[in-house]
Amino acid sequence: MRKVAIFVFFLLFSSIFVFPPDKAFAQEETEMPASPTKVEASDTPNDNGHSITVKWKLSADDGAGKNNVVVYEVLRSDSPEGEFELRGMVPAGESVFEDQGAKDRQSPNYLPSHKKFYYTVRAKGDGIYSDSEVSAPGYAYGQWFHTGKFPVFVAVLAFSAFALIFISLARKGKKLYVRPLAGIEAVDEAIGRATEMGKPILYIIGLGSADMIATIASFTILSRVAKKTAEYQTPILIPCYDAVVMAVAQETVKAAYLEAGRPDIYKEENVFFLTSMQFAYVAGVNGIMLRERPATNFYLGKFYAESLILAETGSVAGSIQISGTDEIAQIPFFVAATDYTLIGEELYAASAYLGREPVLLGTLKGQDWGKAVVIISLILGAIAASLHFQFFLDLFRVQL
Amino acid sequence: MRRVLPFTIVSVTGFFMLVQYFIPREEFEWIYEWTLDWIIVIGCFAMLLGLYSLTYVSVNKVRRKTPGWGYNLIALAGLFFMLIVGFVPGQESLVRGSVFMHLFEYVYVPVQAAMFSLLAFYIASAAYRAFRARTVLATILLVSAVIIMLRLVPLGPLSGINQWLANFILTVPNMAAKRAFWIGVGLGATATALKIMLGIERTYMGRD
Repeated sequence: MRKVAIFVFFLLFSSIFVFPPDKAFAQEETEMPASPTKVEASDTPNDNGHSITVKWKLSADDGAGKNNVVVYEVLRSDSPEGEFELRGMVPAGESVFEDQGAKDRQSPNYLPSHKKFYYTVRAKGDGIYSDSEVSAPGYAYGQWFHTGKFPVFVAVLAFSAFALIFISLARKGKKLYVRPLAGIEAVDEAIGRATEMGKPILYIIGLGSADMIATIASFTILSRVAKKTAEYQTPILIPCYDAVVMAVAQETVKAAYLEAGRPDIYKEENVFFLTSMQFAYVAGVNGIMLRERPATNFYLGKFYAESLILAETGSVAGSIQISGTDEIAQIPFFVAATDYTLIGEELYAASAYLGREPVLLGTLKGQDWGKAVVIISLILGAIAASLHFQFFLDLFRVQL
Repeated sequence: MRRVLPFTIVSVTGFFMLVQYFIPREEFEWIYEWTLDWIIVIGCFAMLLGLYSLTYVSVNKVRRKTPGWGYNLIALAGLFFMLIVGFVPGQESLVRGSVFMHLFEYVYVPVQAAMFSLLAFYIASAAYRAFRARTVLATILLVSAVIIMLRLVPLGPLSGINQWLANFILTVPNMAAKRAFWIGVGLGATATALKIMLGIERTYMGRD
């Protein structure tokens, strides 16, 4: 025991010589780091006018010199002499801070537009700090154009131009060829089959809300299908998942019956609301399929996990089934379980195919040209990326 | 007028939504958020329409004793029972332990889970149909599916090769097809929006 105590004492004593107290370091600890310089406050670009970006030149002791800067604190005041409040921190090595305020006037973080603010940046070490000079005033303001979205803007303009050119050509009587789609060709046959069998048609708009493009595309197809069912006097059942969708579907079908000259056979109760719960809706629709045994089922719109349950039940019920969605995960299920499937954009194009109106076909041609431009851009982009032509790649960079 | 007013609303709103995407100003954000609030408000009121529709259709079927009217009776009973239980005075319905939440958790949720679990069986039957190697393309599909499914299974010395193949299928041909799909959908959605905004497509308003 005594030997151990002597050994420990010897260790402690010798450590004084091996690890002497670093006087220089201890002194440096108490020395302030050099302050940041050239602090600038300016509006954050491409925003709603409630953010100011602060930039500065790093302290001389950040990563060099005494190397004792740990963090930068950014402080703000509405007058150069006023009381500065802490707005945020960034770690050493960084020299930009975005003072993101709220736009809500009631918020404690509210940052008004067009009000001048002064900033100072504090280089902070271990309990010690030094402040920069106060910046020139900076203020936030909203922009009239988001420059980061310029490539999107150009793409929208170019695509719209293509569409308008082809619409104009179509109006002038130019014949436009579009490749046939099996799913669309089958619509008439499917309605005819239901008429012959004396059974109803079931039209499912899906689980999307009325503002979704797939649902809107489904309405346009519904209008044409409903017109045909009115002409053939075949009942069409439309159980809806969304009450707004139901209201629009009722109007669409009613107008289609009116157009077909058969408003007398329109039944509002055939376009009805079922439920807004996903699997309760599936249960309800499956029940209708197995009880009513519709001759034809249309699944056109937005579908999720219920797609396969619906399509398989329809298959069991012996119906001809035509499906279409822009949900990529559900397409394999529809392909496997239904007779015809409209894949993605084909769903949007279906209305033009069914109507065969030149003006609508013109937009399809515009789409084709849009695709051609995308393909060429992809090839050029791949070449530019391989050859490190950064300028070309930056033309397509979108900042959201 | 019956067509002009809805078309004007659709067109003006559509162009506003397009323009506001490129203008980050607060005023435009405010109108955008206000419009979204309106969608919620309309949705809430439309729920009443939905309630009316469900009740009207179900009551009619029960009254006429059309085939399957018993299901409508159960739907009506469930609907009104939940409504009544949800409005019991002096009791919060959306707290754990309330009768409403008991019915939701121990009746509705298990029934919904049962419906969802049907998917497993339907996937098996759909896979059987899809993966029958009757053509070259179906055979490629079958082989790809087997490779992808086996990537989560330890295959000893074959695991490395299988993992590489599965990753290749997912990141090269599968991703290429997905991107083609998304580009097509993007262009199609833009074209549809354009057709609606310009009034070329009005079938949803009941006019060819």
